[in-house]
This record gives sequence, structure tokens and C-alpha cells, in this order.
Amino acid sequence: MNTAAITNSKKPQKLRAFSPWTVMNVFFTFTILMPIITICAYLFQPPSENWGHLVDTVLPDYIQNSLWLMIGVAFGVTSMGTITAWLTSMYQFPGRRLLIWALLLPLAMPAYIIAYTYTGMLDASGPVQEGIRDAFGLKYGEYWFPEIRSIGGAIAMLSLVLYPYVYLLARAAFINQSVCVLEASRTLGCGAWGSFLQVGLPLARPAIVAGLSLALMETLADFGTVQYFGVSTFTTGIFRTWFGMYDAVAASQLAALLMLFVFVLVLMERWSRRRARFHHTTNQFRRLPEAQLSPGKAWLATLACFLPLLFGFLIPVSQLILWAFATYQEMLDDRFIELAINSFMLAGAAAILVLIPALSIGYRNRTNPSIAMTFCTRLASMGYAIPSTVIAIGVLIPFGAMDNLMNDWMSDHFGIQTGLLLTGTVFILLFAYTVRFLAVSLQTVEAGLGKIKPSMDDSARSMGLSRGQVMQRVHLPIMKGSLLTAIVIVFVDVLKELPATLMLRPFNFNTLAVRAYELASDERLADSSTAALAIVAVGIIPVVLLSSAISRSRAGS
Amino acid sequence: MIGNFKHSLRFSPILGLIIFLTQSFVYAAEDNLVNIYSARKEALILPLLERFQSETGINFQLVTGKADGLLKRIEIEGEATPADVLITSDVGRLHRAKSAGILQQVDNAILEKMVPVHLQDKDNYWFGISQRARVIFYGKDRVDPSELSTYEALTDEKWRGRFCIRSSSNVYNQSLVASMIEHLGLEETEKWANGLVANFARSPGGGDTDQIRAVAAGQCDVAVANSYYYGRLINSDKPKDLAVAGKVGIFWPNQEGRGAHVNVSGAGITKHAKHPEAAQALLEFLVKAESQSWYAEVNNEYPVTPNSQISETLQSFGDFTADTLDLTVLGENNKAALQLMDRAGWR
Repeated sequence: MNTAAITNSKKPQKLRAFSPWTVMNVFFTFTILMPIITICAYLFQPPSENWGHLVDTVLPDYIQNSLWLMIGVAFGVTSMGTITAWLTSMYQFPGRRLLIWALLLPLAMPAYIIAYTYTGMLDASGPVQEGIRDAFGLKYGEYWFPEIRSIGGAIAMLSLVLYPYVYLLARAAFINQSVCVLEASRTLGCGAWGSFLQVGLPLARPAIVAGLSLALMETLADFGTVQYFGVSTFTTGIFRTWFGMYDAVAASQLAALLMLFVFVLVLMERWSRRRARFHHTTNQFRRLPEAQLSPGKAWLATLACFLPLLFGFLIPVSQLILWAFATYQEMLDDRFIELAINSFMLAGAAAILVLIPALSIGYRNRTNPSIAMTFCTRLASMGYAIPSTVIAIGVLIPFGAMDNLMNDWMSDHFGIQTGLLLTGTVFILLFAYTVRFLAVSLQTVEAGLGKIKPSMDDSARSMGLSRGQVMQRVHLPIMKGSLLTAIVIVFVDVLKELPATLMLRPFNFNTLAVRAYELASDERLADSSTAALAIVAVGIIPVVLLSSAISRSRAGS
Repeated sequence: MIGNFKHSLRFSPILGLIIFLTQSFVYAAEDNLVNIYSARKEALILPLLERFQSETGINFQLVTGKADGLLKRIEIEGEATPADVLITSDVGRLHRAKSAGILQQVDNAILEKMVPVHLQDKDNYWFGISQRARVIFYGKDRVDPSELSTYEALTDEKWRGRFCIRSSSNVYNQSLVASMIEHLGLEETEKWANGLVANFARSPGGGDTDQIRAVAAGQCDVAVANSYYYGRLINSDKPKDLAVAGKVGIFWPNQEGRGAHVNVSGAGITKHAKHPEAAQALLEFLVKAESQSWYAEVNNEYPVTPNSQISETLQSFGDFTADTLDLTVLGENNKAALQLMDRAGWR
């Protein structure tokens, strides 16, 4: 367990401190930190007079709702994600092969779209309640029906589309665990539940927590769903303050507070598993047993895995298809292909780009951990918890200033107006995505690096492989699943991303998400369904590919 | 399969980047051009812009987005901003753009003549291009229109648990309350807001159409929403929408007094516009008779220019008196309106 200390003898560490690699890392980290620092800088401005008003009226509501939302979603995604991951990894049951990848499908569904579809169905004016009223001759208010536009509704919507994060990472951890550990636990008297709760779950903890924290960060940053449901959270509060009261200072301070809160949470979790390491000490990888369940239990397992898929994907997609059926001819105009291509290119480019700093930072933290650097990386990955619009502004401010400097300088010296070289192009979008989605990529890469025991490096080096060869021949095969996961999650996230895209995109450049949003926000839900379905369709392709890659990534199979 | 996928992913972004970057650079060179940042949705502005292009031969480039985001973007882009024209769908943001110093004064005889005084900025920083009325809707089977009169009367106890409206985060609500502050004073308006909140049938959520649907479903008996959403339901080809429209009636409030509250979508020319002449040509085009009747035809909005042709749907709503309050006031009172709603617990 202490091998890390042995490999990093003092001398090479010092040498490496000045390597180009370190310089690159510092560069990455600080460029990505720039917008976050821009926002945090507001913390040092004197509080505006609006703070009194916020504290007296709405702030307690914001905090309370955000906390409930987090607790609810945490419960929802952890239970759905780990149970389905464990069942599909360890047991045989009907439909398992299909469910393994189908459980990922809700990942392709933007949260605000699922909210629209369920509201369309379950609202007082929707077909379900209408059916109840017609069937029983009742009027509204004479029967009980849960209100979808509520905090409970928001928790359900977000849990349904965010549980795949936990499922994905937990499953990767479960199928890579050593059978010996599990068998040892069984011989020591653990039942099926016991070995899940006492061995499988604790060993997969870093992975589950990684998935959970992604889901929670996205929950905190969500604007579309809570806004539509009329639930006032910290995020809706930031926008009200910024754009309703025109108070950028108080709004940025709210955003910075939100960020600090998440930061403390992440640090606390790290601290709680301080010295614990989660490598497996044996290489006895065998095919996982995939125990056969009794027929009754098997069907229960099928049901447990089918429900999240049903509610998170099949039902909303059916609703979208129903809507699209009536409107697609009008909506599938000649620009549609262009939208799909733009979305695909943007998501693909971002997914690869984000991987570069994630890998670089992840490696550095593995081989050369320093408290300062770790601290900065954690801070840099806070982007995922900040509403995209705030990130967009945080990115625009420094780059807009650079553009203007450049423009002035060029027109003073050469009489050329360069305009907006950075902020007027796709560059700024890709950069904003990097800031926002670094956490996703980094978490996944680190989870992958965690699987590589330091002793593996040592053995490979002792057999005469160079550092590069170690990476290529030892790390890459082990990391392949994680790298693909990182690429695909960021891809799908960018595909769904709306606020930053909306605010930063160049002229005459639209994406599927922008199209879907414009129609939906104009209260034309049925018209927006074609674009929404296209997002889902483009998102499914990599998700399916990913799933098969992960299944094949298990060592020894 | 995976191999191919990775292979193609490795190259597509590079190619894509090149395409993206070159695409966005092209505009800098052109002169016969107007660049537009629009908070009106693409579907509600692009057809007009295309017509503008074919009539005048002036090319255009368009980015749509949320008004606040576009405004911020122009502010940060500063002198180098490519935006010539900012279009918003409410007056609050136009006023804010003016206060943020990102618009310029426009002295244009046509605009001055076509747009009524109260629908344009007093210093000519922005001009209204279409009107949107915020009115009362009622369930025809449960409410007799004679029970309705004004926005103020909606706080009457008889509406307890029967009234629906969307969240106070919505700018049309902020503008409505801002107008009430001007007419009634802060104190009276706060009392009114408290009374309104006490009458809510449900906690606010959804959009304007959702409020109208809630009336049809019997969740509430009266609601406040913008009139064009109702027009859209009437013109829908879906039987369900028509059923909703059939169950709900429209009522013009405050007709004995100041008139129904209206907002405008409008446009201004940015301070650092690189193509000010083309920008003025666009604004002139937007208030032309033809364009004005287009808003009515496509989105059931009211023209700003008097005597413009309006659609059959709008004619069916009947004539009404509109509040002629200087719209600049709505922007000035926005913050006070928001804080007042916060205090009243109007979420």
C-alpha cells in the first residue's frame, strides 16, 4: 500500500518539478481557473445593499430548496445507480444483456426536456388527469394527484436522468473487482446482501462517490428544470439577482458561495477516505460468476433494472415521438442537418479537448502529488457545479478584454480591426465547455488511474520499459474503458448543454439543443420534440458504443 | 467498430474546428451587412430578416439568445462588438441596455413618425416593434365576465384559491408590477401583490400557455397571461388546443380606467455598431406596414403603428384600450417590482 512512496524517491521528483510537463499542467490549471477566479474575485467586493433584502426574503428558501433537492437526488441516483449496476454485474436474469446498455440511455435525455414531457402528461391539463376526470366524472380538486411542478417532481426528473453517472462508474468498478475478494467474503459467512453491502459497495466507493458528485454538481447547476417547475433554488436565485435586480456583484457572490459549498463538500469526502486505497491486491481475475437467480428473484431483478429505463427513457421518448409525429414535417427543414452536424462536431471536439488537461492533471496528481496542485485541480473542477451562464460570463470577461486589447493594438499600429478573435468564434465555446466539464473528464480519468497499482509501473519499469512504453503497454489497456467513458460523457453533456452555447455561439450557428430550447421556451413543446428526439438519437450512438467497450474492458475476460 | 469510431473522432474535431473558425471569420470583411443579436426567437424574426435581405440587398448575420445574456455579451465585447442591432422581446431589457450604455441615440424621421411616442424611448435609444398585451383569462363555465373588472380587483376574496399566474421570475410579470407601482404607488402595489398571492390556486410554475390550460382544466378559474398565447391556441390545428381555447374567455382589464397593460418587443442600435446605416434600414423595415401586419399574422402580436392591418384572430379579441404609460418607466421600476414580489412571497 505504500509503494507510491517508494517509487517517488526524492531526486527525480525535484527534476520533474521543472519539466515541460509541469509547466503545461500549471498552464492548464490556471487557464481553466481563470473564469472561476473571475467569479470568486467578486467575493472581495463589499456586499451590496441587496444582500439585506435577499437574506430577509428569499435566501432561506434558496438554501432550503437546494439542500432538499441535493438530498433527494443523492438518494435517487445512488439507489437506482448502484442497485442496477450490482445486479447487472453479478447476476443472470432475463433481459440482462439488453438492460446493461439500455440503462445508460437516460444519459442522452436533457433534464429540462424530460421535465417538459412529464409536465405535458401529468399536469392538471394533461391526458392522465383528464382521463381520471372523464372516467370518474370528477372535477379538478375532487381527487388526489401529485403535483409534478414541485420540488418532489424536480427530484424525480433529475434523478431519472442523472442516475446513469452512478450506474456507469459503479458498474465499471464492480466488473473490475476481484472475484477472490468476493469469494473470500462469502466463505467468511457473508450472504449475497452481505457481500454487496460489506465488500462490493465499500470497494466501489470511490467510483460511486465520483458518480454521485457529478450528479449532484449537475443538480446544483440545473436551471431549466427548476425554473420550469417554479422551485426557487440557489441557481434561479443567482439569475433573479443578476438579471432582475441588475446586481452582478451580489449574484456573483451567490455563485461563489455555491462553489465554495461544493468545494468543501468534495474536500470533506476526500478527507474521509484519506489514506484508504482501493486497489485490489490480487490479480486473480476470473470471469465474474454472474450467479443464476431463482425465477422469482430473476424477474424481480429484471423489474428493478427496467423501471429506471422505463421512467427515465421509454416514457418520455414515447411522449416526444407522439408529439413529433404531428409536427415533424414542418420541423425537419433543410437547416436540420446542419444543426445535427454542428451539435455533433462541437460535442466531439469538446470531448477530446477536455480529455487533454484531464489526463495531464490526473497523471501529475498520481505520480507527483502536491497539496497545492491538488487544491488547484479541485478548484478547477468546480466548474461543473456552477450554472453554465455564470461560466459563460466568467469566460467572456477575461477573453473579451484580451480581444479588445488585441483589437486596439492592431488598429493603432496597423489600422486593422481584428474584431473578436477569441470571443466571436467557436474557440470561446470550446473553452467554456472545458471549464464546465473538466470535472467529468477528470473524475473518470482519475477513477481509471486508480485502477493502476503503482507496483505495476515498478514491475514494468524493472523489466526495462521506458515511461512512454509503460503508458502505452500497461496504462492504456487498463485505462481504455475510463478514457472512452470520459469522452462519451462529455460528448453527451455538450450535446445537451444549453446556456453557454446559447450565450457564446457565433453568428448563424445553431445546435439541436438551441433549436429545441427556442421552441420549448416559446411554449411550443410539440414543435420542439423533433429537435429533442434528434439530441437523444445523436447521444445514443456513443452511449451504446461505450457500453460495449466497458463490458469488454474487464481484465481477464 | 470502436477502432473506427476512435479513428473518426480523432480527425473530425480538427476538421470541424477549421470549418468553425473560418466560418466565423468571414464576416469581418463585408460592408453591406447588419449583425443582429436577437432575444426574439429565430422562428419569430428570421422570416422577416430574410424578407429584409431580399428587399434591400443588405445581408444579415443573426445570433439569438436570452436578452440578459446578449446584453451582457455586448457589454463585455465593448468597442470590438460585432453587434449592430439588439432586439429584445420586452421593454425592461431595452431600458437596461440603454442604462448600461450599450445603445446609441437614433435620429430617424421614419421611426419617429411610425412608432407612437409612448412606445419608444424618450431619448430615442430604442423603438418598439410589436405590442404584447397582458390580460385576464377566465373559465367560461364558472366565471361570468361581469365579475371581472381590473387587475386590482383580482385581489378580491371571491377569487381565493381560484387564481393562476406564472412565477415572478418572468419579466412580463415584473413589467406588470412595475406599471402598477407607477400607477398606484409602492405601498398600494405591495398590498395588491399580497392579496394576489393569497388568492393563488397553486404555487406559480410553467409558462403563460400553462396558465390558460390550467383554467380550462379547472385548476383555477381566472389567470393572467399574454394574449398571443391564447391566439396561438385558437389557431392551432390540434383538437386539444382548440378545446382549451373553447373553454376559456379573454377579458380586457382596466378598460374604464388606464387600459390594459402592454409591453413591447423592440430594437436599438448598439453604441459601437460598425454598420449604423444598415442597422437603421433594418429598424425602418421592421416598422413598415407589411412587417407590422406580419407580427399579427404569425404571432398574434399587436402592431405598434396605428392603423395597421391586424389578423382575424386579433379582431376576434375585440377592440381595447391600452395603457399608454411611458414604457421607460417599466425598466426603471423593475428592481423595485422584483423586490416587492419577493417580499409578498410570489415565487
